[in-house]
Amino acid sequence: MSDARTTSRAAPVVQTGPVQWAKENLFNGPVNTALTLISLYVLWLAIPPLVNWALIDAVFTPDPATCKAASGACWGFITEKYRLMLSGTYPYEQQWRPVVAMVVLLGLIGMSMNSRFWNIWLAAYWVVGIVVMGVLMWGGVLGLPYVENAKWGGLPLTLILAVNGIVFSFPLAIALALGRRSNMPAIRAVCVTFIELVRGVPLITVLFMASLMLPLFLPEGMTIDKLLRAQVGIILFTAAYEAEVIRGGLQALPRGQFEAGDSLGLSYWQKTGLIILPQALKLVIPPMVNTFISMFKDTSLVIIIGLFDLLGSVRLAANDPMWRPFYVEGLVFVAVIYFIFCYTIARYSEHVERLARKGERR
Amino acid sequence: MKAVKLAAMAAAAVVMTWSATASAGPTLDAVKQKGFVQCGVNTGLGGFSIADSKGRWVGLDVDICRAVAAAILGDGDKIKFTPLSAQQRFTALQSGEVDILSRNTTWTLTRDTKLGLNFAGVTFYDGQGFMVRKDLGVKSAKELNGATICVQPGTTTELNLADYFRAQGMQFEPVVIEAQQEVVSAFFSGRCDVFTTDASGLASVRTNDAPNPDDYMILPEIISKEPLGPAVRHGDDEWFDIVKWVIYALLEAEEQGITAANVDSMMDSKNPVVQRLLGATPGNGAALGLDEAWATNAIKAVGNYGEIYERNIVPLGLSRGVNALWTKGGLMYAMPAR
Repeated sequence: MSDARTTSRAAPVVQTGPVQWAKENLFNGPVNTALTLISLYVLWLAIPPLVNWALIDAVFTPDPATCKAASGACWGFITEKYRLMLSGTYPYEQQWRPVVAMVVLLGLIGMSMNSRFWNIWLAAYWVVGIVVMGVLMWGGVLGLPYVENAKWGGLPLTLILAVNGIVFSFPLAIALALGRRSNMPAIRAVCVTFIELVRGVPLITVLFMASLMLPLFLPEGMTIDKLLRAQVGIILFTAAYEAEVIRGGLQALPRGQFEAGDSLGLSYWQKTGLIILPQALKLVIPPMVNTFISMFKDTSLVIIIGLFDLLGSVRLAANDPMWRPFYVEGLVFVAVIYFIFCYTIARYSEHVERLARKGERR
Repeated sequence: MKAVKLAAMAAAAVVMTWSATASAGPTLDAVKQKGFVQCGVNTGLGGFSIADSKGRWVGLDVDICRAVAAAILGDGDKIKFTPLSAQQRFTALQSGEVDILSRNTTWTLTRDTKLGLNFAGVTFYDGQGFMVRKDLGVKSAKELNGATICVQPGTTTELNLADYFRAQGMQFEPVVIEAQQEVVSAFFSGRCDVFTTDASGLASVRTNDAPNPDDYMILPEIISKEPLGPAVRHGDDEWFDIVKWVIYALLEAEEQGITAANVDSMMDSKNPVVQRLLGATPGNGAALGLDEAWATNAIKAVGNYGEIYERNIVPLGLSRGVNALWTKGGLMYAMPAR
C-alpha cells in the first residue's frame, strides 16, 4: 500500500577476538563481573603456591632428608617407590611381566574401542591376549618362575579387577534386568531378591563377607583364592547396579515396540535381541558408563581384604616410616592415574553415544 | 581303690593315644608337604611388616615368620605372606588360611581363650604412651588435665585413654581421627596438644614425621601393656612348640653372641649351650620334629633377635628399652633349650 521505506542501517558490527569474548561471557552484567573477579582472585591466591609446591620448591631426588628440608613437594618419593606403587609386591626382577601384560591388555581394550576392529577376529585376539596375559602374570611355564596371584598388585591388579568386573557383570546384568521383568514368578523372585539384597549392602560389606565369612563355612584347609573371592564379589555387586540401569532402559521403551515384535511373530529371544535390547542399551549408555567408572574406583576397596591394588600399593609405599610424611605426593600421583583412566572411559562413552545415535541424525 | 586304678588306666590310655598322634602335628605335616609356611602379616606397619621399595616384605614380625620357615624348611624364603587387616586376622588363622599370625597382635586373655589362639611368645613389648610439644611445658602425663588429645578410634588405644583419665580423675577432650597419616598431621598442625598411641608408634612418628623431632617429647608414663607376639591355632601343640622355640632360639642366639655371620664358626664352640642350640649336640631338632640344624638355619636366615631389632626397629628411633635381654635389664628371656 504505502511505499514507506525503512531507513537504511549500517551492517551490524561483528566484534570478535578475546576482548569481545570476555565482555560477552565474563563481564555481561554486575553479577557475572563480580563472580569473574572473585574467581580470578581465588585463582591468584591458589595457583602461585601450588606451582611453588609442585614444581619450584619440589624435590625430585629420592632422598627423604632433602625432602624434609624442602618446602615443596617430594616427588623423590615417587622416583623411589614408583615400581612398588605400580606393581605392588610382584617380585622385583619379574616386574617386566605385569608391564607387558598391561600393554597387551590396554592394546586389546584400545582395539575393542575402535569400531574398525569389531569383527570375529577381535574375539580371537582376546582369547590369545588372555592366554598371553595369564602366562605372563602367573608364569610357571616357558622358564618363567611361578608367581601366585596373592603377590599381584598395583595397576595390573586394578585393571584386572576392573576389566573382569565390566566384562562379566554386563551379561549378568542384562540377564538380571530381563529376569526382573519376566512373567515367570520364580525367575522374577530370584532376580529381585538378588538385586535388592546386593544393592542393599555396601561393597565393602560384600568384600568382607567374601573374605571373612566364607572361609569359616568351608572345611578347614580349603581356601578359595582371595583374588577370586574379591573379583566375584565385585562382579556380582556391579551386576546388581547395572541391572537396575538396564531395567530403566527397558522401561523407557514404548509398549508399541514390544507389541510390534509380538505381532511380527518373533520369539521372546528374537524380540529381545533384535528390537528391545539394542534400543534399551542405547538409552542407558551414560548411566551404565557411570556405574563402570564408579566400579573402577571402587576396586580400591580390596585393600581391606589385604590385596594391594593401585591405591593400596601407594598406601603401602607411604607406610614406609622414612617416606611417611610425603603420602600426599603419592596420593596426587595415584589421582592422576585414576583420572587418566576415568576420563578416557568418559570420553569414549561420548563417542559410543554418537555412534549409537547415527540412526537418529538424518 | 578300684576307681583310682581305673582312672589311672584311662589317663594312661589318653596319654598313650595322645603321644601316638603327637609324632608330627597336622600343621607341620601340611607345611612340609606344601613346601612353604603361610604367614599372616600387617598390611603395612613400619618396622614390623612392610614391603620395601622392591616389594619384599621386611620387618620384625616378618622376620619371625622367616625364621620359622628357615627352621622347618631350611630356607627363609619358603614363605607366603598374607597381608591381613585387623578384622581379618583372626579368621584367617582360624580358617587355616595362615599357619602363623605374626601381625603386631596383643596377647590378651580373651584372644588366648575364646578366640582359640595360642601365643607362642612375646617378640616386642609395647605400651601406650603420650607425645606432647615441648613448649607445652608438660613433664608427666599426670599434668594433662583438660588436654585435647588426638587418638585413632576403634582400637584399645581409645579405651585405655579413657580408662587412664578416669582413674586419674582428669578430664580430656578427644580428637578422633581414623587414618594414621591424618591423625599425625592433625597433631603436628596443632589441632591437639597430645598424641597418644603405642610407644613404638610414637617414637616412629617423632623421628620420621615431626617437622623437627626435638620440638616434641614422649612422656615417661606408659599406660597400658601391649605384649606383641605371633599366634597359632589351638589344638596343634607340636606346631605351637616349634614357633615358640624358634623365638627362644633367636633370643638364646643373641645371649650367646651367635649372629647370622658367625653361626657357622660357632658350630665349633666349646660352650655346651651353643652346641645344643646349633645341633652340634643333637637331640633338640628331633624333639621338635625338625632337622638338627633348625636353629642354625633360622639364625642364618634372619640373624639373632638383637640383629632383627637393629635392622627393623632401631631405624624407627626406638632403643631396646624393655625389649633388651634379661641380662641387660630387659624382659627378653629364653627358656633353656635342652
